[in-house]
This record gives sequence, C-alpha cells and structure tokens, in this order.
Amino acid sequence: MKITLNGRTMEAREGETILSAARRLGLDIPTLCHMEGLPPTGTCRVCVVEDRKTGKLIPSCSFPVSDGMDIATHSNQAVAARKTIIELLLASHPDDCLYCPGNGTCVLQRYAQELGVRQRSYSGARNRINLDVSSPSIIRDPEKCILCGRCVRVCSEVQGVSAIDFTGRGSSAQIGCAFNEGLNVSSCVNCGQCVMVCPTGALTERRDVDRVLKALDDPSMTVVVQHAPAVSVTLAEEFGIKPGSEIVDRMNAAFRRMGFDRVFPTSFSADLTVMEEAHELVQRVRSGGPFPMFTSCSPGWIKYLEEFFPQMLGNASTCKSPQQMMGAVIKRLWAPASGLDPRKVFSVSVMPCTAKKFEAARPEMGDGAPDVDAVITTRELAEMVRMFGIDISSLEGEEADSPFGERSSAGKLFGASGGVMEAAARTAYHMLTGENLKELRIEAVRGLDDVKETRLTIAGIELKLAVVSGLGNAGRLLRDIIDGKREYHFVEVMTCPGGCINGGGQPFLTDPERVRARMQSLYEIDRNATLRVAHENRSIAALYRDHLDEPGSGKAHHILHTTYSPREVLR
Amino acid sequence: MGECKVARVLGKYPGAGRDKLIPILQEVQEAEGFLRREAVVMIGRHLGVPTSQIFGVATFYNQFRFEPVGRFHIQICRGTACHVKGSAKLLDTLKRELGVEPGRTTRDGLFSIEVVACIGACGLAPVISINGEFHARVTPEEIPVLLEGCRKKSREVS
Amino acid sequence: MPVILDNCCGLCTHSPASPCPQAVECLSDGPLCHSDESCALKRESWKTAVSHSGKKTPVIFVGAGTCGLGAGAAATMVAIREFLEARSLECIMVEVGCIGLCAVEPIVDIELPGRPRVSFMEVTHDRVGVLLDSMLVRGEVPSKMALCQFPGSGEPWSGVPLFNEHPFFAPQTRWVLENCGIMDPVSLDEYMAEGGYRAFSTALRTLTPDQVCSIVEGSGLRGRGGGGFPTGRKWRFALNTPSGSKYVICNADEGDPGAFMDRAVIEGDPHRLIEGIAIASYAVGANNAYIYIRAEYPLAIRRLKVALEQAERNGLLGTNIFDSGFDLHIMIKMGAGAFVCGEETALIHSIEGQRGMPSPKPPFPAVSGLFGKPTVINNVETLANVPGIIRQGAEWFRSKGTPNSPGTKVFALSGKIANTGLIEVAMGISLDEILFGMGGGIPNGKAFKAVQIGGPSGGCIPAGHTDLLIDYESLGAFGAMMGSGGLVVMDEDTCMVDVAKFFMDFIQRESCGKCIPCREGTRRMLEILRAITRGYRDETPEQSLERFRGILNLERLGQVIRKTSLCGLGQTAPNPVLSTLRWFRDEYEAHIFERRCPAGVCTGLLTYSIDEEKCRGCTLCAKKCPSGAIKGARKSPHYIVTQECIGCGACLEVCPFGAVKVQ
Repeated sequence: MKITLNGRTMEAREGETILSAARRLGLDIPTLCHMEGLPPTGTCRVCVVEDRKTGKLIPSCSFPVSDGMDIATHSNQAVAARKTIIELLLASHPDDCLYCPGNGTCVLQRYAQELGVRQRSYSGARNRINLDVSSPSIIRDPEKCILCGRCVRVCSEVQGVSAIDFTGRGSSAQIGCAFNEGLNVSSCVNCGQCVMVCPTGALTERRDVDRVLKALDDPSMTVVVQHAPAVSVTLAEEFGIKPGSEIVDRMNAAFRRMGFDRVFPTSFSADLTVMEEAHELVQRVRSGGPFPMFTSCSPGWIKYLEEFFPQMLGNASTCKSPQQMMGAVIKRLWAPASGLDPRKVFSVSVMPCTAKKFEAARPEMGDGAPDVDAVITTRELAEMVRMFGIDISSLEGEEADSPFGERSSAGKLFGASGGVMEAAARTAYHMLTGENLKELRIEAVRGLDDVKETRLTIAGIELKLAVVSGLGNAGRLLRDIIDGKREYHFVEVMTCPGGCINGGGQPFLTDPERVRARMQSLYEIDRNATLRVAHENRSIAALYRDHLDEPGSGKAHHILHTTYSPREVLR
Repeated sequence: MGECKVARVLGKYPGAGRDKLIPILQEVQEAEGFLRREAVVMIGRHLGVPTSQIFGVATFYNQFRFEPVGRFHIQICRGTACHVKGSAKLLDTLKRELGVEPGRTTRDGLFSIEVVACIGACGLAPVISINGEFHARVTPEEIPVLLEGCRKKSREVS
Repeated sequence: MPVILDNCCGLCTHSPASPCPQAVECLSDGPLCHSDESCALKRESWKTAVSHSGKKTPVIFVGAGTCGLGAGAAATMVAIREFLEARSLECIMVEVGCIGLCAVEPIVDIELPGRPRVSFMEVTHDRVGVLLDSMLVRGEVPSKMALCQFPGSGEPWSGVPLFNEHPFFAPQTRWVLENCGIMDPVSLDEYMAEGGYRAFSTALRTLTPDQVCSIVEGSGLRGRGGGGFPTGRKWRFALNTPSGSKYVICNADEGDPGAFMDRAVIEGDPHRLIEGIAIASYAVGANNAYIYIRAEYPLAIRRLKVALEQAERNGLLGTNIFDSGFDLHIMIKMGAGAFVCGEETALIHSIEGQRGMPSPKPPFPAVSGLFGKPTVINNVETLANVPGIIRQGAEWFRSKGTPNSPGTKVFALSGKIANTGLIEVAMGISLDEILFGMGGGIPNGKAFKAVQIGGPSGGCIPAGHTDLLIDYESLGAFGAMMGSGGLVVMDEDTCMVDVAKFFMDFIQRESCGKCIPCREGTRRMLEILRAITRGYRDETPEQSLERFRGILNLERLGQVIRKTSLCGLGQTAPNPVLSTLRWFRDEYEAHIFERRCPAGVCTGLLTYSIDEEKCRGCTLCAKKCPSGAIKGARKSPHYIVTQECIGCGACLEVCPFGAVKVQ
C-alpha cells in the first residue's frame, strides 16, 4: 500500500496508523495521549494532520492508512489547530512553570515552545483542585493535569491496579481516586508508572532531596548511601550520555563530592538477598512448599499482593528487599561494629523506584527508627548532582567503600526483569549440588517479554520457574495459578514492565529502546565479570561469619526477613 | 439494613459482568435513594470492578447521587424550549426560595433540585417535575405556591 | 380479552414453543393450513373484538402520553371515571398515546356507537362534566371543544372539521405516527389486527437478510437521529462483517432538548418500534438487541416493557421465531443521564458499563461495536420506518419526500409557536408551511425571529429564509442540520446571543470532557458569551479588553473545535454560535459595542429607572432589591442608584404601578 506523506510517497503497512507510518519516516507528529503498544484513545487531538484530498483534519494516532492517502502532517491548518489546542490547555493551566517539578521535562511546555505560543490568547476560569500529598511516594497536582489519560491507562491497562480514573464530566472532569480520596487510602502501589507517562508536572515523586541535604550538612551525622543496581546504568541519560552507559565508578565519586561518608552498592545486599532467598527456596523444595514461592524485592508487588491476593501472602518469600537488607545491615550491624551510634547514621538509598519510599516507611522496616532514612530516585540523584555543580562526564571513577563494596554480577542483574531468578538459580543450584551451573547465563529468563518460563533440573529435581513483570501480567499469572492452570515452584515478579531499569523513579522519556539498552548493559556487566555468583562473594561470607551465622539462621531471620499482612484499601 | 438492600440487588445479578454495572447502580440508588460509599465498595467486589472506576462511572452520569434526595425531588427542565419560555427564571426562583444549588438537598431534607437536560415535554414548556409528577407552563409566581403545597403535604403526613 | 395466536381448532398446531411459520399471516388471512368457515369467522370476530371502533358502547380515548399527563390527563381520567360512576354509564376508556397537538392537551376522543370518533381539546378535569354531559347524555358535540372528527362509519358530526381537513393534520403524512394517539399502545392484539408484525414475518419467511438490506437500501431511508447516514448501507456493513455474534441497538436516548418524537413513538406505538428492531436484527444477523432509553422517560420505559413482554409471550421474540431458526432477544438499557450517550460509541461504552466517552472512528460500530462485535445503531424514528418499508416496498417509501431524502420526517414544534407539538411531514416541505401553516404562527402578535433546528448541534434559520425546503442537503447547505428534528421557534423577544449562550452552557456541561478542543474550547466560548452579556458596571479595563478580544476568538475557536473534536457532539458544538453569528451579527455587536440587549433578555445589560410620575412610594421595590440600590422615602417617588444596581429585574416584577422602566 502506498501513501503520500508531505509529498513523499512511501510504503505503508495494512492496518497501521498514520502516526506509525510517519514515525518510520522520521517525522515527529506531536501527541500528548499516545501510548506505544496500547490502542489509541484519540483524546488530545494534538496529532491531527491534514488529509489533502478532503482538506479535513484527522487524528494521526488513530486513523488507519489507506492506499493512495495524501497527508500533510504540518500544513498551516494542522499546525494552527495544534497551536490553538495547546493554547486552550494553557488557558486552564497554572502559570508557574518556574516552580513546577515538570519544568524542563514537561511535554506541554515543549509543544508550547515549539508551536510558538508567545502570548496568552485565551484566559478564563481554572478548576481549583487540592494537591494530593497523602502518598509517601507520589504527589498529584490535578490542576496541572491535562486529562490525557495516560496515567489512568497505565494504572489499569498495564498495572491492573486502577487506583485512579476519570471522575466527573465536561469541564469539571478530573482524574482522581474513588470518592476523591487521597492516594494513600486507594489501591495505589506507588509504582510510579503514572509519573513516568505524565506529560506535565501533575504527577511527580515525593521529593526527599532536602532531607538528604540537611543530613549531609550535619557534621554529627554519618551519611551512608546505597544505590540500586539499575541506577548506574540509567543516570547517564540525565546528562546526555548514551543510554545504557554504566557509570557506577563516576557515580561513587559524585557521591563523595556531595559529602556522603560511605557509598555501598545495593548489589551487595542483592547478593545477600540471593543467599537468603535461594536458601528459602531450597528449604521449600526440601519440605514441599508452599509453591510457588514469589520473590519479594519489588515493594509495589508486595503491596499489590497484600491488597488483591492476601490469600497468597504465604507464598511470598519472607526476605526483605535488598534496600531493606542493606538498611538493616548498615544500622544494626555495621554501625555498632564501626563504633557508631545508629541514631547518628543517616541511611540514604538511591532507587529507580517510587515504591521504595513507601517500603522504607513501612513500620516493619526498622527497629524503632527506620532502617533507611531517605529514599531518592534516579531523577532526584541527577538533580543533586546538578545542584552540586558536578560534571559527571569529567569525573575520575572511584571504588565503593568496604566492607560492602564487593558485589557479584548476579546481584547487579537484579536491575532487570529475570535477574533475581537468574541470580537465585545460580546459588540455589550450588546449595543443592555443591557445584556451579555449567552455563551461568539463563537465556530463557532474559529479555523484555511479559512472562518468561523455564525449567531447571537441580540434583534430579525439576523446578518450574517463571518470571513476570508489570503487575497486570502478574495479576493474570496469579489468577491462572489460583485456578490451577499454571504451576510453578518459583516466580519472580517485578512491578514495573521490564524490571527496575524501567522503574517509576527513572529518567523521564523512557522508551522501549532505552530500556533495552539498559538491560543489555547489565547483561554485559555480567558477561565481563569474574565474580558472577553471590555465594562466592567474600564480603557476604564475611558478613555471615561475623554476624549472621548462615543463610536462614535465627540471626539472619531477625535482621533480613519480614512479615506481610492483608491490607484493606479502596480497591 | 442498608447492606441488606444492596445485597438483595446484587443477589439478582449472580456472576454479572461489567455491563451490569449501570443497571445495578440504578437499582441500588432506587432502593437507597443515593449511593453510599459502602454500597459502591460492595458493588465493586461483586462485579470485580475497581471502586475508582465505579466512582468514575457514577460521577459521569447525571442520575447518580452521593447524598440522599429530598422528600420532594424537584427536576427542572432546562431544554431549549423551556429556556425560550423562561426556565432560567424558574431555576433562579427555586434556588432563591430553597437556598440550595442544583444537585443538593435542603438542610431540612425536604427538597432537592436537579437540573435535567430535557424531559421531553417541550410542548408544555416550561416544565418542572416534583417526585415524577409534571407541572406544565409553570411561572415563577407559582413556585412558592407549589413549594408550600409540598410543605403542607409533609406536615399532613407527619 | 382474546389472546393473539390462540389456536382456532384442533387442526392448528401453533404455540410459542413450536411456532407455525405463518402464524402472523394466518391470524388475519387464515386459516391457511385448513379450510373451515367457522375458523375464518373466529378470526373476523377477534378482529372486531380487539378494535376500539364500532363498539356498542361509547369509547373514550384519553391522550395519556407524557405531555398529556403533564397537562393534567390523569386528573381528567379520574373525573371521567367519577362522572361515569355517578351516572352509572357504561363506557370503555382507553389510554392512548399522543396525537401530536400538545398545545391543546389534554385531548380526549369519544366515539359514540355508530358515529365517527371526535377529538376534544383542553379537556382538563374541570371541563370533563361539560363534555361528557353533552356527548354521553345529550348526544351533542360541544363544538367549542371539538378539535376534529375521524373518518369512519356513520353519520359525520356537523360543524366539526374532518381530521384530514384540519389545518394541523391535513398537510401531514403520518407514517411513523400512524397509530400514535389512535390506538391502544399496549395492545398487541390491536397492533396485529391492523397488520402489525406482518413485515417481520414476511422478512423472516420470504426474504434473505441480504434482500432486506437491499430493500432498505433501495428505499433510501436515512438515519433520523442526526447524521442522515443511509440506513441500508449501515446494515450491509454489519451484515458483511463476519462475526459469531452481532448486535442491534436502538438509540432511544433522545437527548436533543426540543425533540420528543422518539418518546411519542414509544409511548404511542411501541410495537412498531419492536417490529423495526426485529427486522433490523434479522437483516444484519443479530440475535441480541438493546433499546437504550433515557431514564427521564419512565412512561415510555413502562409501555416498552409491557410491549416486549407481550411480544415474547406470543413468540414474536425469543428463540426460533416462527420456526425460522432465527433467535432474537431484546433488552432495555436505561440511560443514566448524559447527552453525549446519543453518540454511537459513547452509547456503546455506556451499555458496556463504562463512562460514556466516545472513541475514535474508524473502527465504525458496524465493524467493531458493542463488546467489540459488529453493531448497528439506529434511532427510534429510523427503525419505526422499517416495517412500513418492508410491508409496502421501497418504491412506496420513495413516493414521498425528495430523491435524496425520501420519506417523511417527524418534527417537534416548541418555543414561541401557537401549535406546539409533533408533526410528521413529507421531506421537502417548506419551513413556512410548517411554522405558519401547521404551527399556526407566532402567538401574541409577536414577530418571528428565527427557528433553531437540530438542537445543540444544529443552527438557526432566520426570518426571511423560511421558504427553505427541508431535507438533509438543504439544511446542511444552510449551516443547520436535520438533527433529530426539534424545531424551537423564537420571536422578537428572544435574544439570539442568549440562545447561543444557552446552547454553549448546555454543551459545556454535557461534553464528556475527553478531548481537549471540546472540553476546553466550549468552556472558553461560554465565558466569552458570558462576558458580552454581563453588566459593564463593575467591569475592569482588563475585562473590557478581554471582551473585545473574545469576539475575535469566538469564530476561531469555533472552527478549531469543529475540525478537531473527537466526536459528533464536539464537532457540531460551535454550530449554534457560528450560526447565530452569521445571521444575527448585529445583535452580537449591540451587546459588545453598545452594551445593550435589543431583545431585553440579558438582564446584566439592562438599566432600570423609576418613573417619578407613576411611583407611589409603596417601598415594595426597595424591599425586594437584593443590592439595596433603590432609595427613597415612603410615599414619595423612589430612585435607583445605577452603580449599585445589579440588573436583576426584581423591582420590575414587583412594582404594582408599572413605574419601573427598562432600557
């Protein structure tokens, strides 16, 4: 099928939209509501293009191509209409770009700029709606919302949570929770996928940078930072460096420039998690269940399970997440051992995740005081780096601190969907057989597929394994498991599609290409590593020797494991 | 007691899907006069529809209310024919006489006002309906009389 | 009461469970499978029995549609019953639908044995005695109350115009409204005795779905709900889309303010609609159909439920209808109050239990509609036309109307017109004939200004253009549209800017809020209209600048909303403004530049003063004034402080001496 786009004839595919054809031609048509991979809703109308045969404006995101079509994507008429639509949005939008968390990343701002909006053409009443600050992770400012509906769609169609929906109608329509309640009483799992797709500053993470700055400024405080495996392969993008670049060494240096006293990779505690979780799996294999065992590192998933499938809570691994294991180890083991008062240790974690802010605040995650004092996202870290005037590209790389600076590449793999499974399988195999897997790489659990399955025979026992990411996919899988349609021994669940490399705290403008690059980067680190299994990490062995006895011991349980309980929310 | 009514409605729809949501909301509102929060949650559990989406649906349509209607529910037609024949004045008079905005109920619980798009009795414009009973060619002067009639009725009953 | 499709004798094997394919035909032409004089007689006597004419006792028909009841028909019926009981008179009383002349409701018809049926107007409960006394007791027609008499057997009444000579009814071609106001709407017997369900039976027995589509295509029937899309073509799209299940939806969500023909058809002749739906479902291969009807129409819903139940009980709906293998189930879905649900995709979402927000087309519902299946959506009037077309053929249908718009159209007359009500006329009739012929012109000697056609999506036709011949094309060319056929008449006392503001307010509230141009654009347009109709007393210089800029923006916004909105509601939302701007620019300019409302409607622009000569100083106005702008001592002339006056007009209403002047 042939169509003409801006005078150029091109081959188009049956059933594709004008927008998809145009993008293949390298033509960018602006849109505010389009979501790759989901059916079009035709909400924003910004993507209208002119059908040259009829002179009509048609939405390129939803209109299928037809043979002989002649389209002008940027005709005068189309551009003028787009501009008016943007002007209309601005007319009911707050005028405070300078104070907006979306400043610089806001798509509305960019389009206003690109379309040459230089004056306030329309003005009038705006809807006054209160800020929702009830959530520990996400701030919602409905006044900045342009009702593109992307957050609603990601929350229901991708994550299957549906904490928010459109409410009301006409000009008083808005997006909110049931009964206009705050996010904190809704079923929101704090995953932040809504934040990732919001084109304006209506959805942002709760900013914890100031608390970190205050601690850094306090000479009596020892400020310790841990950083998640998926942060070092994405932070670079915030500074214009190629997606997928691994900059962990430079990041370590940046932390020290900012005044952090200790820098530990969370990959270390990921190794610790592997030890505990593999041990738990081995125990369950020996005692016959309960199966499947679910991973527990992703706090969005855990809250989802508590809300939607409380009857399955017994299946979740009792292991704390790597963030919380590291937090507990720092405050409860390392600080006393180092002669520090735990109350004078300020524990910061940098996470690709907004749900981690919620997790750190869970009452189970501390010993009176929280184990982790502040959680900041990759984006907040980038903000701090900029604030401190650090040129990340010219920094000289530095090593992490001991005693928790050493990590296996298995712990690093936690950043991608399938990584926990791969790391745990390597160690579980060793625990049961005393040998390492011949081929450490488990290809079947790698990649961006929604659900990945494989079987692994260890010591004559065949284990059925599954990896799922995105809560919508997880929910479907879970229902199949409950209905007896699927059967597994061990299931890894990541809240965000693709895992932490696509987490809700990652740089904006995340697209599948970037996610793939970040994933490849983690795989490359694993390929090039010499230490590729958690059980060979000498620092881990030392930790057990000095403090925790052995995996699954009473001490280990006290510090590294947790409990879950059903959660009543508006769902 | 309320739980019972909702459960009775839901009992009529075993294994129902999403397409029964609006009929159920209508029946529950019919039974209880408005949509209680607990009722919405119960409906959500029954249908497997998230509460946020039920709230989204209920706030989309004019019919659904989250507070009880008055003993006398006054619907005022704001269709074109009624407008041309002066329904704006009628609405003003109603609001002034009752001291409430459309969509709300007076504090004594006696009256509630609802603006409807068009009752479809354009030949009799302007039209208001009190508890389903139509009043044709109403003038602003008649409003106090009609309201007093209602008050009298309620006194007689009590 | 006889039940239709009863077995005449042992030879007849029909039952709803094992239906006879020719049951419907057999009912009036039978017996078909055997020959028996007494069985034929049974059919004859059944027909006489179910008919309300030719009875031995007087029959009283009460127009008990929503409009009749609104005008007091319920009280009238009570009064009739009391009258009959008090005098021990034997009469049959039948509730019928609406004949269409709402202006003179309540309407009561009386047929005395052996005489033609006569219609009486304005029979409120207090006039029942006079009427019945005259008719039933003395056998005389009270000529002042008589509207018309129907052609029939017996000696005509003198001095009473014939139905087909009455100026309101004579120019009409009543096809869809044929039975409305005449027949008992909830009597399946009566409908069938007049040949009802013959069309459906014919289609089932003798036509393939393809042939039915062809006939409807050939008739040129176009959607009566708004767009005017050819109905047959829509059906064929759905027929040709392979799918395990398909749906037909009857759109009875008559949301256009000013239109009430669908309500009248359902209240007055529900079986005609059901038959139309059944034929449409057969034509596209749908086994499930929905009637999506507004909750604001409780009476229509009630009658529809009764009619559906009758049809099901008699095997006209259900499984294996007339042994054809065709199944059809019709369900009623009540709307919950959203104008936008008149839009096809929004309506579908509403049935699915979603927010009624439209989705982009393509894909069209005929390809992917309800639950993702091929779905045909037609409005009530469209479907009510179908039985006639099947029964009498495409050519018959094309015999009326224009080549591009064949057939008839029902119009709802309302507003400043003498004969408010419903009329059905052949397409191509002039607006003059409708407004000044059947409509009876403008009451109170006022001058005609314009007529709004097509509801909030349509436009206005001003005085001087009423020679327009009405069909889909001519209206479109005029910047208006057929819509569902609401005609709201405005006289010199109507302010066109106010009318535009009214529609914008309506649309702005009824917009679903999904797409940006409609949601934000209509809101800004409404604000501009509000600004130009607001008082200038408290206006800041910035506001007056905004006001001047606003008028420039109205047209620009209107064009963008029209061209970029997602659905039909949005695309037509600016029409009332664009159309009034086109024809009544002078009124806009008077509001904006001279700050006055020529029609005296926009209270914000009025200045009030008190005529010292006429004022007696009664202080009523001062007491009523909400802003305390009226000063003056008791028993001496009062005056209004212009700066404090908010222009509400309360003083004007309250002054017993006519001393308050408006400018």
